[in-house]
Amino acid sequence: MSIVTVQLGQCGNQIGHEVFNTICSDVRDTHGLCSKKENESYRDACKERFFCEEQSEVPVARAVLIDMEPKVITQTLSMAARSGYWKYDDGSHFCQKQGSGNNWANGYSVHGPRHKEAIMDLVQKEAEKCDRLGGFFTIMSMAGGTGSGLGAFVTQCLRDAFPTSFLLNHVIWPYSTGEVIVQNYNSVLTLSHLYKSADALLVHENDVVHKICAQLMNIKQISFRDINQVIAHQLGSVFQPAYTAEGGLCYSRNPLGDLMETLVPHPEFKMLGLRNIPQMPENSLAYSTFSWPGLIKHLRQMLIANAKMEEGIDWQVQPPRLGSSIPSSHSINKPLHFNTSIANLVILRGKDMHSIDLGSFRDPSLYTSWLNPKDAFHSWKTLRAFNKYEKSASLVSNSQFLLKPLDNIVGKAWNMFASKAYIHQYTKFSIEEEDFLDSFTALEQVISSYTSL
Amino acid sequence: MTQSVVVQVGQCGNQVGCRFWDLALREHADVNKEGIYDEALSSFFRNVDTRSGGDGPDIYKGKICSLKARALLIDMEEGVVNEILQGPLRDVFDSKQLITDVSGSGNNWAVGHKLYGSQYQENIVEKLRKAAEHCDCLQCFFIIHSMGGGTGSGLGTFILKLLEDEFPEVYRFVTSVYPSGEDDVITSPYNSVLAMKELNEHADCVLPIENESLFDIVNKIHQMANSGKLGSTVKRNSLVTSSAGSAKTAQEKPFDAMNNILANLLLNLTSSARFEGSLNMDLNEISMNLVPFPRLHYLVSSLTPLYTLADVNVPSRRLDQMFSDAFSRDHQLIQADPKHSIYLACALLVRGNVQVSDLRRNIERLKPSLHFVSWNQEGWKTGLCSVPPVGHSHSLLALANNTCVKPTFIELKDRFMKLYKKKAHLHHYLHVDGMEQSCFSEALSSLSDLIEEYNELDATKGQSIYEFACMSVWATTSYSGV
Repeated sequence: MSIVTVQLGQCGNQIGHEVFNTICSDVRDTHGLCSKKENESYRDACKERFFCEEQSEVPVARAVLIDMEPKVITQTLSMAARSGYWKYDDGSHFCQKQGSGNNWANGYSVHGPRHKEAIMDLVQKEAEKCDRLGGFFTIMSMAGGTGSGLGAFVTQCLRDAFPTSFLLNHVIWPYSTGEVIVQNYNSVLTLSHLYKSADALLVHENDVVHKICAQLMNIKQISFRDINQVIAHQLGSVFQPAYTAEGGLCYSRNPLGDLMETLVPHPEFKMLGLRNIPQMPENSLAYSTFSWPGLIKHLRQMLIANAKMEEGIDWQVQPPRLGSSIPSSHSINKPLHFNTSIANLVILRGKDMHSIDLGSFRDPSLYTSWLNPKDAFHSWKTLRAFNKYEKSASLVSNSQFLLKPLDNIVGKAWNMFASKAYIHQYTKFSIEEEDFLDSFTALEQVISSYTSL
Repeated sequence: MTQSVVVQVGQCGNQVGCRFWDLALREHADVNKEGIYDEALSSFFRNVDTRSGGDGPDIYKGKICSLKARALLIDMEEGVVNEILQGPLRDVFDSKQLITDVSGSGNNWAVGHKLYGSQYQENIVEKLRKAAEHCDCLQCFFIIHSMGGGTGSGLGTFILKLLEDEFPEVYRFVTSVYPSGEDDVITSPYNSVLAMKELNEHADCVLPIENESLFDIVNKIHQMANSGKLGSTVKRNSLVTSSAGSAKTAQEKPFDAMNNILANLLLNLTSSARFEGSLNMDLNEISMNLVPFPRLHYLVSSLTPLYTLADVNVPSRRLDQMFSDAFSRDHQLIQADPKHSIYLACALLVRGNVQVSDLRRNIERLKPSLHFVSWNQEGWKTGLCSVPPVGHSHSLLALANNTCVKPTFIELKDRFMKLYKKKAHLHHYLHVDGMEQSCFSEALSSLSDLIEEYNELDATKGQSIYEFACMSVWATTSYSGV
């Protein structure tokens, strides 16, 4: 099955481009540290997912590029074409002359309805190119106007037009020290709307990725390109082909469906976080060796201690002892900083992965009580090494990972809302105070649901 | 890509405008080496085929034929505009872009606003419409004027209102030069306060500039150039402001150095909308991010490093110094100290070889020394444009919505009151048709209200965030209980 990627706004388009770049360079890597046969079926599965190859010398990304301003799309298209290894379809982009000006309301209530037909036509065309459509992967930021506002609108349209397709929104969480002043408003409006129409939100926080660039990748002067490459690597490590069943014979053909089935057992809980290990500069890779038990041990501790990366993990955090507390006082007895999960997915790529024991992730004390731990944990595997890493492990987690950042954003937005600052910029485009209140209420509900895990 | 139209009104407006077009041409010439009319150029210039004589058709693609500024030059006397038309920039303008009179406004806001306003309204609207028709997507009007005189102040603010009526969707950015305390125009406080009311009501953003600050900055640049202690040298052939290869007349005019600063302000303000970068900042994002309440749209600006403004080649100091300087008192374009007042919001527009990590590091470093209003503790807006100013590696324009503009307004009000209490010179204004005594009292109360709004914000200084947090928790529970 194929995935149609929808890139929205400056951020969405820049990240989308890096994702296709990463995926493409990964499959071009001929050895992949596995058998030739394995490598070929991996490549075929990847191509089916992300590229179509009819009447073209190089693979064409299954993507729709949308922005309200032409500069970024022009640049993205030409960078892809220059790579010589893949490209975007000449006709699958839509841009206007004037951006949304960081105004969610402008993207959602003005640009959205005005350009709905043209955008949905492009999406429809791209969807029809797929033999079987697995779903949509939408990439956007929450802070600006186009990605967030138009992104929320387009997601709603996708839901209406493709009621049975899977919708996964990849959302970039803005720097907490501020990159757009109205980012908290825009984020609250975006998240509350996406929560209604998307199947799941996969979140990357700029602060976290920035830290990874500084501490793990040793980059001195970090550019957005560096940040986007780390994000693309992490996304690739999830969406490149893998065997979803123990001893499966062929690569999973429905990655989005499998992901949702595994991680989103309840519609109230759809915020997914992503962790990846190891991560290091390319030139250090040759000098490093990893053991699976070590990687798994780190990844598990990153999960329970809610560490964003392998450096600085708090090893003191341990899961609560089950049975020692009665359910009603669960939260009181809960060890400080322990991150409770609903569901987790671990993806392992590289040699010898068959021998790995993932029992530590099946520990019932990691999970909320209302889901059977057997259903709460899944793993995908492949012998094919990913993106030059001999061994790598990724974790997609539906847990309290994002509770604190979410609570922060809602709190700051509420603080600003109480002073009525900037509201006139939104009412100008018919997003009224009640709309804000609805969004606040919706997210308070999400916060309280995740808190009570 | 969007376009902007510059409306330069009065002597000051036209002199600044003249410097702006000169520097804009040179900036584009430096970036665009092929001589192709590109999208970036189209934001301020039309490409016109003049071979058939006069105003030919617009050419949208291909080689540059003849560039015409998207500008309207308005003055009620002929001197400055004529000088421009005889100077090296004459080809950039044509007669259809000019409106002049012979008699001037006599430093009287009422003459500019009421008399010339009604007299020239049709003509102005027609020319504005013409300029707008040449645009494919008109985003912004830039008005350049001064507050103290008659034409820039009176007619300039009349045009501001016209723009709002005729083009409500298009943003209105106003660069306003405020008179200094020792201004030789006696009526300048009247003119400024009357103009302030119009700016309050009809502008999207105002960039207030004080002559005194420009003067100090120019002096500072001279000192840097001549001290030698920094190892600085005067770059004879700097592309930014030297006369070599420039469109300036041989003799340097006294205000040119000061006006260059304003021209650079406008160039840096629009650079991210014209050129590419890893974090674009379009013009419509400026008011969205920096104007939390409609009337509080006065943005204090500072440009760093200073050597990007002059022919001075100071060895580039640490990048971080550029960020520190942007918040220091002597780099502000008005006499104000943002560090000791309250920030409602702050934008950093960076050009050149600067990455997001440099931005984050400096924001985190500077934040503790700045006071942000309690509900906007992370009030930063950032933009990264990859094209630096001509001949330099990087630059920064900081725009602050900060209560430090208040003293400028208070001083203006005080000077206004000194005259107004004695009813001095009032009759010159009241003679003009349509001008009533109430115009004065309304303008005064508009200014007082504005000052009061800033007072209220200043009063929150020192109020702990904790108090606000409590309030919000209370408020949160009150609605989530519904």
